[in-house]
Amino acid sequence: MRRWYCLICGFIYDEALGLPEAGIAPGTRWEDVPEDWVCPDCGAPKSDFEMIEMIA
Amino acid sequence: MATDPLVIIGSGLAGYTLAREWRKLDATTPLLIVTRDDGRYYSKPMLSSAYTSSKPPDAIALSDAAVMASQLNAGIRTRVTAEELDVAAGTVRVEGVVHAYSNVVLAVGADPIYVPVGGDAAERVMSVNDLADYANFRAAIAAARHVTIIGAGLIGCEFASDLLSGGIASAVIDPAAFPLSRLLPAEAGEALADAYAGLGVDWRFGRTVARVDHEGTRLRVTLSDGEAIVTDAVLSAIGLRPRTGLARAAGLDVNHGIVVNRQLRTSGDRAYALGDCAEVNGLALPYVAPIMQAARALAPTLAGRPTDVAYPPMPVLVKTSRFPVVVAPPRPGVTGNWSIERLDGGMRALYRTEDDRIEGFALLGSATAERQKLSRELPALLD
Repeated sequence: MRRWYCLICGFIYDEALGLPEAGIAPGTRWEDVPEDWVCPDCGAPKSDFEMIEMIA
Repeated sequence: MATDPLVIIGSGLAGYTLAREWRKLDATTPLLIVTRDDGRYYSKPMLSSAYTSSKPPDAIALSDAAVMASQLNAGIRTRVTAEELDVAAGTVRVEGVVHAYSNVVLAVGADPIYVPVGGDAAERVMSVNDLADYANFRAAIAAARHVTIIGAGLIGCEFASDLLSGGIASAVIDPAAFPLSRLLPAEAGEALADAYAGLGVDWRFGRTVARVDHEGTRLRVTLSDGEAIVTDAVLSAIGLRPRTGLARAAGLDVNHGIVVNRQLRTSGDRAYALGDCAEVNGLALPYVAPIMQAARALAPTLAGRPTDVAYPPMPVLVKTSRFPVVVAPPRPGVTGNWSIERLDGGMRALYRTEDDRIEGFALLGSATAERQKLSRELPALLD
């Protein structure tokens, strides 16, 4: 499971957690998040996210 | 003979994003990244939203240079200057050492524009253009109650908003009549100003800063009309100017930014540029979305599959969190008119051409929910 980071506001989409309140089940891979999904914090599109591995 | 490395100059979002995209396509060619900074990986927009997202300066970076070097299978030389680019020879000199490259990418970013002010504390005027600047700024305002911001553009407005999240009031000074004057129609700028005036932002439009002087342990900012503001720190946020010195000295074509074609290639062989330093087909756009588009085109180009960059509509979010703004300015040279609709808790401003096509928009407050829907009606910036 990977984590994706919004380059605009820092919001993190964690595949393991999903976003149940937005109808995205835990375990949903980034590729399976709908293309028209936007960052819940800032409204940035999916294309402004980047996969990250964070320190610690 | 070993393959010469790809050399990327700059470790900001442009340099690192390109490096990641390129490594997906080429796992073996050596990669050398040289940077004046400490090589930490972070996203610059985070610098003007750190209070709002409750991140201390040290938490903004996602990785340090050693982690990036390992992830990217790269050599990363930090705190060094690329002194000279020789496009004919295919070399770049860094701290006196000449490196041959297979390709070179300029991802050197932009400098803050600085307008000199008078006064005995003029040197106290700060700017924030990278993570180190931001750490200095936070240290300087650790005990501040009030900050004066020069410039009501995107960065000035975002800092005013973010400082409020940190419990710090601000005065914002700008020669224009309303904030975001290069992006918004007047009604929209005034709506933004009104929303923040009630929250603790003290706008001073139609004026500039003449002097900054010491006032006991604080500072006194004197405006062009003589008004004085007592404050704890002064932040200059006037705008950005692409860093073009290295390219210009190398004889590459430079206009406002380093001139590149749709394949991000400069006027020199094997020399490319992207990000805030570059001007792509006449467009110099210092935002995240163009960097992502450019990196995704330049990576395959560098891997041997020449690819034109495409710019879809790329509305810009202004992180004024209490009254957010999403703006897609009309393309240069396209004429039309703004139509303004006030909504409950927001505003929708549409820029329509004479043939009634939507060419741009500004969405404020509650209207920002329409961003996706309206973006689909906009023309691409580069097809």
